[in-house]
Amino acid sequence: MTIAEILETMEYGTAPESASEATAWLERKSRQFGHFINGAFSSPDGGSYFDTLNPADGAVLAQIAQGNAADVDRAVKAARKAQIAWAKDGTARARILYALARLVQKHSRLLAVVETLDNGKPIRESRDIDVPLVARHFYHHAGWAQLMDSEMAGYVPVGVAGQVIPWNFPLLMLAWKIAPALAMGNCVVLKPAEGTSLSAILFAELCVEAGLPKGVVNIVTGDGATGGLITEHDYVDKVAFTGSTAVGRMIRERTAGSGKKLTLELGGKSPFIVFDDADLDSAVEGVVDAIWFNQGEVCCAGSRLLLQEPIADRFIAKLTARMERLVVGDPMDKTVDIGAVASEVQLQRIKDMVAIGVSEGAELIQPTQSLPNQGCFFPPTLLCNVETSSTLAQEEVFGPVLVSMTFRTPSEAVAMANNTRYGLAATVWTENVNLALDIAPKVQAGIVWINCTNQMDAASGFGGMRESGYGREGGREGLFEYVKPAFLSTLKPVKPVAVAAPDGIATSGIDRTAKMYVGGKQARPDSGYSTAVLSPKGALIGHVGAGSRKDIRNAVEAATGATGWAGMNGHGRAQVMYFIAENLAARQAEFAARIKDMTGCNAKAADTEVEASINRLFTYAAWADKFDGAVHAVPQRSVSIAMHEPNGVMALICPDESPLLGLISLVAPAIAMGNRVVVVPSQPHPLSATDLYQVFDTSDLPGGTVNIVTGGKAELTKTLADHYGVAAIWYHGPLEGSTLVEQASAANLKRCWVNDGKARDWLDNAQGEGREFLRHATQIKNVWVPYGD
Amino acid sequence: MNTALKSVGDATGDARNPGMPLDLEWVASARANRSAIERRAATIGTRRTVKKAHQAAWLIKAISCMDLTTLSGDDTEQRVKRLCMKARNPVRRDLLEAMGLGEQVVTTGAVCVYHEMIQTALRALEGTNIPVAAVSTGFPAGLSPLHLRVQEIKESVAAGAQEIDIVISRRHVLTGNWQALYDEVQEFTAACGDAHIKAILATGELGTLRNVARASLVCMMAGVDFIKTSTGKESVNATLPVSLTMVRAIRDYRERTGVLVGYKPAGGISKAKDALVYLSLMKEELGRAWLEPELFRFGASSLLGDIERQLEHFVTGRYSASFRHAIG
Repeated sequence: MTIAEILETMEYGTAPESASEATAWLERKSRQFGHFINGAFSSPDGGSYFDTLNPADGAVLAQIAQGNAADVDRAVKAARKAQIAWAKDGTARARILYALARLVQKHSRLLAVVETLDNGKPIRESRDIDVPLVARHFYHHAGWAQLMDSEMAGYVPVGVAGQVIPWNFPLLMLAWKIAPALAMGNCVVLKPAEGTSLSAILFAELCVEAGLPKGVVNIVTGDGATGGLITEHDYVDKVAFTGSTAVGRMIRERTAGSGKKLTLELGGKSPFIVFDDADLDSAVEGVVDAIWFNQGEVCCAGSRLLLQEPIADRFIAKLTARMERLVVGDPMDKTVDIGAVASEVQLQRIKDMVAIGVSEGAELIQPTQSLPNQGCFFPPTLLCNVETSSTLAQEEVFGPVLVSMTFRTPSEAVAMANNTRYGLAATVWTENVNLALDIAPKVQAGIVWINCTNQMDAASGFGGMRESGYGREGGREGLFEYVKPAFLSTLKPVKPVAVAAPDGIATSGIDRTAKMYVGGKQARPDSGYSTAVLSPKGALIGHVGAGSRKDIRNAVEAATGATGWAGMNGHGRAQVMYFIAENLAARQAEFAARIKDMTGCNAKAADTEVEASINRLFTYAAWADKFDGAVHAVPQRSVSIAMHEPNGVMALICPDESPLLGLISLVAPAIAMGNRVVVVPSQPHPLSATDLYQVFDTSDLPGGTVNIVTGGKAELTKTLADHYGVAAIWYHGPLEGSTLVEQASAANLKRCWVNDGKARDWLDNAQGEGREFLRHATQIKNVWVPYGD
Repeated sequence: MNTALKSVGDATGDARNPGMPLDLEWVASARANRSAIERRAATIGTRRTVKKAHQAAWLIKAISCMDLTTLSGDDTEQRVKRLCMKARNPVRRDLLEAMGLGEQVVTTGAVCVYHEMIQTALRALEGTNIPVAAVSTGFPAGLSPLHLRVQEIKESVAAGAQEIDIVISRRHVLTGNWQALYDEVQEFTAACGDAHIKAILATGELGTLRNVARASLVCMMAGVDFIKTSTGKESVNATLPVSLTMVRAIRDYRERTGVLVGYKPAGGISKAKDALVYLSLMKEELGRAWLEPELFRFGASSLLGDIERQLEHFVTGRYSASFRHAIG
């Protein structure tokens, strides 16, 4: 085109980024890559490789090693060997992480180009977003390595982390996994996604350049099977996975009972709520950032547009006009907004999902511009006339596909936002700060963006609620995923309680058969059966109801309905808990006698346990209004508020050791943070729990806050672990129970905290109370509030 | 007060803004979220870029959309004449020929001066289609008596200015007196008659982007042909966030009335690269029609020099030096 012609059309033309440096790198390596194990590249044990393609044109970029069990074993062992030395010196780790950050910056363009070639994302995004965030993540965590000794006192590294990452942000997800793990003194074996391994391999070269000790970072490439070998390896102490909810569920099931720590960052169907007083033009750009960033292949993509009715039509008109200006094309072109979908398989899935949406009656809106003739491209897509019951309002597409719905009131917006099994992110647009800060706590999401979307930073935790997974990446909250309390390794296995044979039919004076405690009332067991409670010598000391599935169902329903407790402020909860402590103190002797009867311990020990229980209640009453969140120091002009929010309905399976104190140690932190709980007390020693009914009744504890179901531990635990309405479960008991809980929890990915068959000393405050419990009783929600007028 | 709305357009389809009654509800509903606007503004220049021949063409376009300006207390007739000659020949002929534009008339969009220099400029631009724009209404502060400000417009129009750049009373914005702003601008618009009117908002003195959005709407309702950011005399002049706010108001006005209003950022745009980003902004937010001098102008004095150097680089492959191009 001549300049005179361009003056007429005023088109942009093309602005291709050069691939020559990246190509030269690939050529230098003969376009074939082995695993990076123990500080060096090596050929795969099985000798097999697979192709990695450029999704924009289908060209083969290189051959990637397929990892097998021997490769994984070698990598894990190298990591394990390196870990002890690596954990020793935080300052040394800080220096190397700092060097890695600088190397990422030094090679930023090469990393960006390699990423775009391999993944298909626009070069603008890999250059301006992914790579700078990667560098920032290493800088930030270099600081945490420096501060670990002082800021994470009492915690030690977990050991070897097995990390499996997805193909949508290959290098950024690597940084999110490796930086905190290394900062906290762990070593890692990481598997990049099959189709996008190149940036991880390039990163491995930077590790050598940074002087990272051998074995600290190992990159094993391969498919899902390789990933399974890593996550299930015996010497892997920590598994971190980002990817689909289906695979996350499988990992949860397969690692159940292994004692491995687990974080899962999974799918989403995140709401994007626009209120009628929003800056609509800015909100339209927000949608672009939400769903047409990275081809919509973003786990936290705002894919459900919820519009307040008065502005819905105008907003759709503005959005449709904006879509016309989005450029889909060669990701290496600097003027392209939407690049190639990562693979043929993914492209087909997107097409299929959109077809389902249309067949269910959605109105399809796509821009008129044409797509490139070859490569995996899909246009920005808006589906209107979608209802909450539509498939596309519920299922993740993982592509540039947005569905829109309308709402009438803020409460309806919240109800629709929360009408999903996921809970990763949410976006709220309004100029009304009252409305914004009212909605933020009400949406079930790990991240809430006010008047912005997809803002991320290393200082602010990222992660979801519900079936979007658990754990946080980034910020102080993310560090706890890579450490464990130092005392854990000293714990001894749980000792089973010897159940005595009944010494004949005994009489116990006045009959006091304890019932269930459900919704603040005593309820007969649904089964109609009761179980005898015997002393260690076999003497009958009482009866408790034999709880069953139905009792659990009723208890969870009561807990779910007890919203009053969740709505009460920390000060109010503290008052009730002080009251419980006082009323327990008034009956100290009675409770001590009961413990003595049930466990056969001496009077002094029994009294000590009750005393400790009262103290523990006071402690958590004190905490109720003090477990503050934080305001993260992010570089954006934004307040990033990390709020502690209760899990919701929690199941607490209590230990047999210290039947009263063990129960109080679980119940008190949970309710102090605003959770409602369903408690399964010690099966052999349940009477300390049932005696508490009257204490609760006289302490103004709202009905349904604490529900207690006695009976067979295994059955009740299984029902609770299976229950879709239970958000979190804590388990103390034999190892097989931990396994059962973790396995069953996969159904709705409830948060599990299990004892792995180890007994805590509940009388030791370091083990039995404190922030560790409060952290497990809460989830962190990060609310981003940019400001400026 | 003259409430008559101007007639719509002429035979060439060059429709002017007829204005509309002041719609206070619309004004009050204007929103401008600064952080979001800044984020969008920051990516205009990273999402779009033009290279090589496209860049050269876009720079030529920038020149044709330029109000080459001198607004100094020490302006003399000779100084203005020199500026006008530069407006007629903004790019060295050999460069134009090398770009295949030898046959094209490449001039700036207008020359912008004070009232006293209108006659001088008209004489110097005789035989060209380059209009003379005059700043008016007590520029830059706009605090002289209203009847004098109106009279100043009339005299400038009578003197031959085809475009009048008026300044609004910032106090009307800051006190939320939209009716007063509307009445004032409408009176200025009427005084302009056939001359095109550009309303300078002096955005650097309006406090918030919300005020910028609201003042933009009120001026358009009052019938102006262009809204313009700044006099060049405020401490903060044209910025991308302010521009985004104003062009979105223009888009809103078009969506609701069908009328196309022009945009003129002024002050602080001195680099060719900045000019390209502004052109991208117009194309992205408003569309192709806003890449012509009828709907887009830069108010600039030193921008041209940088563009010339970039064009020479395009033609020769060598980085240029400013002394190789005639000063304006």
